[in-house]
Amino acid sequence: MNAVITGASDTAVGRLEGSSCMELHAEAARGALANAGLELSEIDGVLCAYSMTQPHLMLSSVFSEYIGMQPNFSAAVQAGGATACILLMNAAALVKAGVCRHVLVVTGDNRQTGLTREAAFAALAGVGHPQYERPFGINVPASYGLVAQRYMHDYGVTSEQLAEIAVSHRKHASLHPKATMRELITVDDVLNSRMISSPLHLLDCCLISDGGAAVVVSAGDAASDSSAIPIEILGAGQHHTHEHIVAAPSLTEFGCAQSSAEAFRQAGLTPTDIDVAEIYDSFTITLLVELESIGFFKKGEAGEAAAEQQLEVGGSLPCNTHGGLLSYAHSGAAGGMFHVVEAVRQLRGQALGAQVEDARTAFVHGDGGILSAHCSLVLGRV
Amino acid sequence: MDKPAPLVTSDSRRFWEGCQQNELLFQHCMDCNVAQFYPRTHCANCQSDNLEWQRSSGRGEVYSFSVVERPTTSAFKADVPYVIALVDMAEGYRMMMNLRHCPPDAAHIGMAVKVFFEPVEGSEWSLPQAEPAEPL
Repeated sequence: MNAVITGASDTAVGRLEGSSCMELHAEAARGALANAGLELSEIDGVLCAYSMTQPHLMLSSVFSEYIGMQPNFSAAVQAGGATACILLMNAAALVKAGVCRHVLVVTGDNRQTGLTREAAFAALAGVGHPQYERPFGINVPASYGLVAQRYMHDYGVTSEQLAEIAVSHRKHASLHPKATMRELITVDDVLNSRMISSPLHLLDCCLISDGGAAVVVSAGDAASDSSAIPIEILGAGQHHTHEHIVAAPSLTEFGCAQSSAEAFRQAGLTPTDIDVAEIYDSFTITLLVELESIGFFKKGEAGEAAAEQQLEVGGSLPCNTHGGLLSYAHSGAAGGMFHVVEAVRQLRGQALGAQVEDARTAFVHGDGGILSAHCSLVLGRV
Repeated sequence: MDKPAPLVTSDSRRFWEGCQQNELLFQHCMDCNVAQFYPRTHCANCQSDNLEWQRSSGRGEVYSFSVVERPTTSAFKADVPYVIALVDMAEGYRMMMNLRHCPPDAAHIGMAVKVFFEPVEGSEWSLPQAEPAEPL
């Protein structure tokens, strides 16, 4: 019997003056419990991620102590942008194996107000190799710039097509009451925004935000403890090809191909069966290469699809219906969890913004590092 | 703020000592015949311990690049715009370097480059860096 998501919630997002990592964790967790209709005392497992503003070797223990629980299983996972999906995959395995009945999965950080911009950039640049990358002034946008430059060269992707992705995301965000960036933008706005690391402009890059998000993953036979509409985890897969971009086996083929193939295999579905996709969009190029590597589009065709509004609600593959990391919010590991929360809302027909009509299947994907760590989930309404 | 010098480890010391002497070294696996970068204790391709240090021609071509307009930290502020390139070396391995002695807007994929060595200020080490070369 498959694991189910019984609760999902996120906090306010954006610039939250005076917020802290643990307060965001607690608010998100209590929101997810309320959403599930479960009491904290019914939770027997806790999974957390990591924090830049309140770093700790044992974040899940810090969280359990803070919220006031003594779980039977507790661990923290660090895999960058793949973390949220990996946490869910772990939680699903725990409940399927009978180790836990209800696992609370919590992420959150006040990355915008808890760090200076320089400290945030420097911390992110720390994923670069200390000998073979960092001395050359590498940072995350430059790493994705390397991917973008090569991908555009090989497949004819244009800056205008990448900009269309940012425009579509902003359109979704404009319809979502909680999204950070709600003012509509045009392709020209993206192309005229300042260059960060070629070919990526400011509006090709994700936000840095405060916020938290949490879900409750329950055993299939424990879903009746909850009063909420259960969302089934139909499949999950991971694949990891490298950490540092200098050691990436390819800049045009990525591990999301394998991670998604496994998730689809378990679900007995294919990309054409998916009603709504929530896919990691740290940069416009991130989403484009993942859409093509996963097989939603052929190589070189996702850009055209974006230009034809196919990634918007009403299009062939509504994607990042909350606005994504580009326009909704990005708060560390919570960034990927916002995608999960949005998928749950879509499948329950409870979207706060644009709702995909009768969405029954969702695909969620997170990637960490520089397209290094991949985890895919296929979700469905029971 | 100083630029980060390479944090040299025992598996890489030979490589960085080579750079100090204007010599670009790489590891070659004598069992699977694959060139390896970056240096490790073993071959990541076949797990053999039978690695040999070889001297590179220092010639390669740009596989991809990005012109950094917004510096990572204040240490790189004076350098912008600067080019980060992934260079495919003639011996079949890939390195990250800055592309120097070339206007950033002249950088392109497939550009022929050669390696030179650039001391890191405030450190005993030198970095391998790329500059334009006549095509091979």
